[in-house]
This record gives sequence, structure tokens and C-alpha cells, in this order.
Amino acid sequence: MTFALIKYLPTTANVPFIRGRMIALGFSALLIAFSLFEFASVGINFGIDFRGGIQTEVETGAETTTEDLRTVAAALNLGEPRIQEAGNQLQESRTFFVSLPLQPGEGNEAELANQAAREALEAALTENFADLTVRGTTVIGGAVSQELVVTGFTAIGVALFLMLIYIWFRFEWQYSLGAIVALIHDVILTVGMFSVTQMTFDLATVAAILTIVGYSMNDTVVVYDRIRENLRKYKKMPLSEVLNLSINDTLSRTILTSLTTLAALISLYMIGGASLEGFAFAMIWGVLIGTYSSIFVAAPILLFTEVQREGTQPS
Amino acid sequence: MLYFGRWKLLAIFVVILAGVLYSLPNFVPEDVRYEIDEAAGTSEPRGIWRFIPSSTVNLGLDLQGGSHIAFQVDMDEVRTAQLEGLAADARQTLRNEQLLPRSVAVIGEEVVVLLIREEQRDQAFESLRQLNGPVTTVSGQPGLAQMYDMRRDPDDPGAIRIGVTDEQFEAIKERTLRQSITVIRRRIDGLGTTDPTIARSGDDRILVQVPGAEDPQQIIDLVGTQAALSFHLVDNTVDPGPNGQARVPPGRTIYPVANTQPVQYLAVETRQLLTGENLTSANVTTHPSYTGPVVGFRLDTQGALVFGDITTNNRGRQFAIVLDDEIITAPRINEPILGGSGVIGGGYTYDTASQLVILLNAGALPATLTPVEQYTISASLGRDQIESGKLAIMIGFAAVIVFMVVAYGVFGVFSVTALLVNVVLILGGLSGLGMTLTLPGIAGIILTIGMAVDANVLIFERIREEVQHGRTPANALQAGYERALAAILDANITTFIAAAVLFMLGAGPVRGFAVTLGIGIVTSVFTAFVFSRLLAVLWLRGFKPKQLPI
Repeated sequence: MTFALIKYLPTTANVPFIRGRMIALGFSALLIAFSLFEFASVGINFGIDFRGGIQTEVETGAETTTEDLRTVAAALNLGEPRIQEAGNQLQESRTFFVSLPLQPGEGNEAELANQAAREALEAALTENFADLTVRGTTVIGGAVSQELVVTGFTAIGVALFLMLIYIWFRFEWQYSLGAIVALIHDVILTVGMFSVTQMTFDLATVAAILTIVGYSMNDTVVVYDRIRENLRKYKKMPLSEVLNLSINDTLSRTILTSLTTLAALISLYMIGGASLEGFAFAMIWGVLIGTYSSIFVAAPILLFTEVQREGTQPS
Repeated sequence: MLYFGRWKLLAIFVVILAGVLYSLPNFVPEDVRYEIDEAAGTSEPRGIWRFIPSSTVNLGLDLQGGSHIAFQVDMDEVRTAQLEGLAADARQTLRNEQLLPRSVAVIGEEVVVLLIREEQRDQAFESLRQLNGPVTTVSGQPGLAQMYDMRRDPDDPGAIRIGVTDEQFEAIKERTLRQSITVIRRRIDGLGTTDPTIARSGDDRILVQVPGAEDPQQIIDLVGTQAALSFHLVDNTVDPGPNGQARVPPGRTIYPVANTQPVQYLAVETRQLLTGENLTSANVTTHPSYTGPVVGFRLDTQGALVFGDITTNNRGRQFAIVLDDEIITAPRINEPILGGSGVIGGGYTYDTASQLVILLNAGALPATLTPVEQYTISASLGRDQIESGKLAIMIGFAAVIVFMVVAYGVFGVFSVTALLVNVVLILGGLSGLGMTLTLPGIAGIILTIGMAVDANVLIFERIREEVQHGRTPANALQAGYERALAAILDANITTFIAAAVLFMLGAGPVRGFAVTLGIGIVTSVFTAFVFSRLLAVLWLRGFKPKQLPI
């Protein structure tokens, strides 16, 4: 085979990434500010795992609307129902998630009331729509949902911490700092994206964020690895040029890996079904910003933290 | 880097062969692999499958359909029951010693004994100490700590305070959980479903997973019922009042009667003549005195003797069978019943009678269980999720194949072959390690397919650079693999950390994502660094190219 197109992609690109660092950092700062603002003002559409309550996944005929379902669910007087349609179904039927809030009461009473509400909701839906099938139900009690919130956020925290420790061992602390800034950047922008789109943020999203963190770290490490190598190789070259060279050296790899990962994720988003939609969406977004942050955030930060070259003493 | 010793080659071959063997059953229909005898309900591997692995990947409930319910065990109730039992024992002990207490009461987390005469406190303390002893651990061995923490109240010369030690409470909790799991298993088995999972989860929860169950309420009814059964004599001289709220003399209790409209009440003697533990078996049957099905029961030898005595001595009176604070039947004793068997009747359908039979045969739960988390997936949704998952894997895979081959030509073919081996190894790993594949797990596989080529890309890009620096093909290959190793390891270890954290902290199906992602990382480093290198080396030896085509 002689048609390897990669030949046309130069191994030594020379894009002046570092020169544009102020624009990139400014852009990132703006996005972060916007994300935090959205998060504070609009908030996040938490999924059933974190909110607690009752949710059913129903499949209906094409003519059933969100409003029809809402009317029936609201008539139960079990709290304000939420109806959400799953988007990318390649079928004639439609799939909706119909949910009710946690039922009031103390301890076990509330738990039993949740189960009763689930039964009432299922019965009401199947009675009122002839072509409706209940395909799945979920009930998460108040105590469990709070635990899930705690474990979810602990998981993100613990993972970030462990990765930093690892980077700190493998590189110097300056790299560690650059990596964490990039990671926090990614996490905040992902949360911001979920505020803007109001897509459901659930346990699967936490899994996605952790994977994004892993992926972005992966990208960052590859660039850092090259920076460290080039710092040894070109002892006289100014730091900013070494950074730029390293980003360019690894550029074709960064692009190719992102593209294959995106290809797999888009397939998951389009075909993987209603329950994986949020996960795939978060991952696609995460791969994009993870790639961006490794180039435009993680590497330029090293200019500010003044990485040491081997054999030289800190001034 | 370019030389593979004989043993290394053998090791690579063995790993891949194991992966292929363990993943193979997933591609062969079950009736080819197993001799299924439906009448006997058994299935035996047939032919070659007797000698090679024949089991497929375990599918999570979200892929095969079924119900998952987490029950909370009410440990406060267990603690209260323990303290009340202790108070009763203390009362009895003091009465036996003629040391009359003013009161023995549960106050907060302690039993407080107040004596009428303060000078008797030391004597009372000594006799109460008989109640104490080392904790009996779950294994049945005496533990290091004592069961109770007993002390004389320093502020009140007539008071003794008895608390339950933490060790004792831990042992009781443990016993309660184990006993509950045994009872639940017997109850669920009574439903006749296949492969239910009943396991503890955390400190005070029990997880029940029943594949194929589409009605969670059936399981909730079955597990959420304590099924504490007791026999009492009815006291018709006490008026229970219209709402069962009347004040009753000591030793009497009022219970509602099941299936009465409006609800009727009866006062019974609090003393339990028999309990569910005296029951040896129950079954659905019929009886001439009742229309519809009734529940027949048999008592053990001791129970039969007691029952015989009661029915002989109390002819003409009513006795009540109480299940979870509700009278389920209260027949009049017309003649002595000496055989130790009887029926509970009145208003049962076949289903409700069967349910009661399952509950009675399985025994009572030691505590109340409340469902706190439940999800149910219909089998059809499970099937759809598998189908869409498979399709997404294939399309994702195809996209990556096209991509890599177009970009890297023959080297792309190596990486794609390595990727194929990778997926086979993931499947083999899941089957061989007995892990469960969930829908997020499928997402993990797809993600791995996208990310696994990263290691190859890193290597190929290195090789490209080395070629441009004017190295010979063999040299460039050598240097490329050598230099890419550090970056590959660093990059994969960080992602592996994320997977490990998710596995340890994650709940339910999300854990399945961590499993496939974690296995995928290990296999992708292996396939990229070892297997694709082998392919590249073989190609180099076979074709001896003057220059590398990338």
C-alpha cells in the first residue's frame, strides 16, 4: 500500500501557537467566566440519580407529544412532572423520559410513597395512551441521591488529585500545576456546556467528565513529554520556542487521535441509544476542549511557572 | 526492540489464543455450545465446548432486562429491639432474685434500671452481670469485647445503666444482614426466577437483582414484607373500640383484622403461643370450610404439642394468627387439633395465597426492609440497547479502520489488526474474569476503540520523524518504538487512574464503564506496543523495504 496520506502532513509543522497564547488564554478565561455565570444563574439540569425521584422511559407512537404526557402526569397531583424527549432515535416511534419529583414524607414513608407514585404513573400512562409501552423505570430515594452526589463529586476530586500526584512524580511540580489548570479548565467548560444546553447531568456524565479528565491529561502528558525531551536536546533555545516546537512536533498525533476518538464517539452518539446520549455528548465536547486545552492552556502555562532545565539551578 | 525471542513469541501467542478462546463463545449460539435439556432444566456443554471455555460475557440488567432494587435495613429498629430485649431480660433476672425494680426502661441508647432500695444496687449489679458475656461474632467465636457496657450511675445511687457495646451492635448488624440475605434468597427462589443476585451493599443495604423481572412491585412486596408470624388467643372480654384505639389492660394487644371493610379490630393476649419458627412448611391447598384457595401449614413437633394443648384447653374460644401486626385469620376452636397442621383461609386468590406460602416457607426477616433505589428495564429495551451498542461498536470500528488505513497505509493495517485483537482481548477478559457488561460498558469499548490507536499513532509519528532524520527503516522502527514508550505509558496510566477511581467509587452500571475502560487500556498498550510491533517487524523482515511508506 503506497497511499499513506499521512505523508502529506508535515512532521515539523510550524504554527506559532505560543505567540497566540494571550489570545488563547483570554478566550479561555472568557469561556470560563461565561460557564461559571451560566452555572450560577441557570444551573444544571440534574438527572434522576442526583435529583432523586421517579422516572419512566416510555415508547410511544409518533403523534404523542410532550404536552399530552405532561397533562396525564400532572393530573396525578404527585408534583410537577418533567418530560424529556430522547433525540437521536433512528425509529418511527418516539422515546420520552417522564419523571416525577421525590415524594414528601419522613424516611421510609417517603421511600414507600416513591414506589407508590411509580405505580400510579405507570398505570396512568398505560391507561391513557393505547400505543405506549413502559420500557424502564427508575426510582431513586432521597438518601441514595444525596449519596450519589457525594460519591460523584468525590470521584472527580480523587481522580484529579491522583493524576496530579502521578504527574508530579513523573515530571516536576511546574508541569503538575500546568496540568491541573488545564484539567480544571476542562471540567468547568464541561459543566458550563451542560448549563447552556440543559442536557441531563447524571452519573454517566460524571463518568464522562472523569474520562475527559483522563483523555485531556493523556494529551497534556504527550506534549509535556516532548517538552521535557526538547528541553534536554536544545539547551540554548528559549523556552517559548521549545514549547512551540514541542506542540508542533506532537501536532499530527494530537489531531489524528482526536479524530479517531471523535469518530468512535459520534457513532456512539448517533446510534448508541437514548441512555448513552448525554454521555456521548459530554465526551465529544470533552475531547474537543481537552485537545484545545493541552495545546493552548497546559503548554503556555509552563511559560509562567518557569520550568527548570536539567543541570541549571533556579535563579 | 526489533528482536523477539522464542519465549516472548510464545507468550504473545498464548495471550492472544486465550483472548480468542475466551471471547469465542460470545459469537456462537447457545444451543450449539450447550446440550439443553428443558425437561430436566439442565444444560451441559457439548462436543469441543467441554474442553474450551463455553461461558459468555455476563450481561448487566440494563442489557438483558430485569429489576434492580436496593433495600435499606432499618438498623435503628434493630437497635431498639436489642435494647427492649435486654430490658425484658433485666426485669426477669431481677424478679428471679427478688430484687424488685421501680422501673426498667429504655432511655435513649441505654437501659436504665431504677431500684426501689438503693442498698440493693450492688447485689442487683452482680446478678445483672450474668447477662453479660463476650460478643458472639458472626463466625460463632467469642469476641474480645463484652456485649454490654454496665455501670452504676454516679449521680443516682439507685440506678444502673446498661448500654450495648459497639462491638455487640456490629455483630448484631452483621447477623441481621446475613440472616436477611438468606431469607430474601429463599423468598426470591420461591418465585422460580433464574440467577437472582442478592448481596449486601455497604453497611446497611441489600441489593436484589432479578434478571427478567419486569414488575418490581412483585419483588418489593416479597422482600419488603417482614413476615413475622405469631399465634395468640383472642380475648373477647376486651372491647377494642371502634378504631382499635381503646385502652387495654396489660398483657393485651389490639390488632386490625386483614381484609375487613370497614376495618375490624380484635384484642388478643400479647403472649405468643407459637411463632413462625415453629412452622415447618406451608402450601396452597383447599378446605371444605372455605371457598377458594387456603394456605395449609405444618408445625414442628414442639409446635404441634403446644398447639394440641391450646386447642384442647380452649375449646370454644378464638385464636388469632398475626402476620406483621395484622390478624390474617381468627377461627373458633371447635375441637382439639392434635396433628400439628392447620389452614389459614378467607378471601385469598391463588396469587395472594402463593405469595403468603413463599413468605411463610422462607421465614421472617429480622428487620424491616425499605426499597430506596430501584430500576427496571424491560427485556425489549435491553435487547434494543445491545443491538444499538453492537451497531455503534461496528460503525465506530469501521470509521477508525478507514481512518487509520487511509492515513498510514500498511502501518495503518498493522494498527487496525492490533485493534481487532484488542477488542477480542477485551471480550475475552470480560468473559474470563467473570465481569459484567453493561450499557456504559459498551460505551467504554467504543471509547477504547477510538483511543486505543493513540499508542500506535504516537509510535508511527515517532517513526516518521526518525525517517526524516535519515535513519534506515530498521533503525527508524527501533527508535520509534523505543522513544514512544514513555509517552504511551504516561498517557495510559493517567487514564487508568480515572478508570480505577470510577471502579472504586462508581455505582451500578457506571462501574461497568470503568471495567471495560480499564481492561481496554491494558489490552491497548499490549496490542499497540507488543502485537503491532511484531507485525511491523515481520513485515520488515519479509519485504526488506528500502524506505518506510509513512
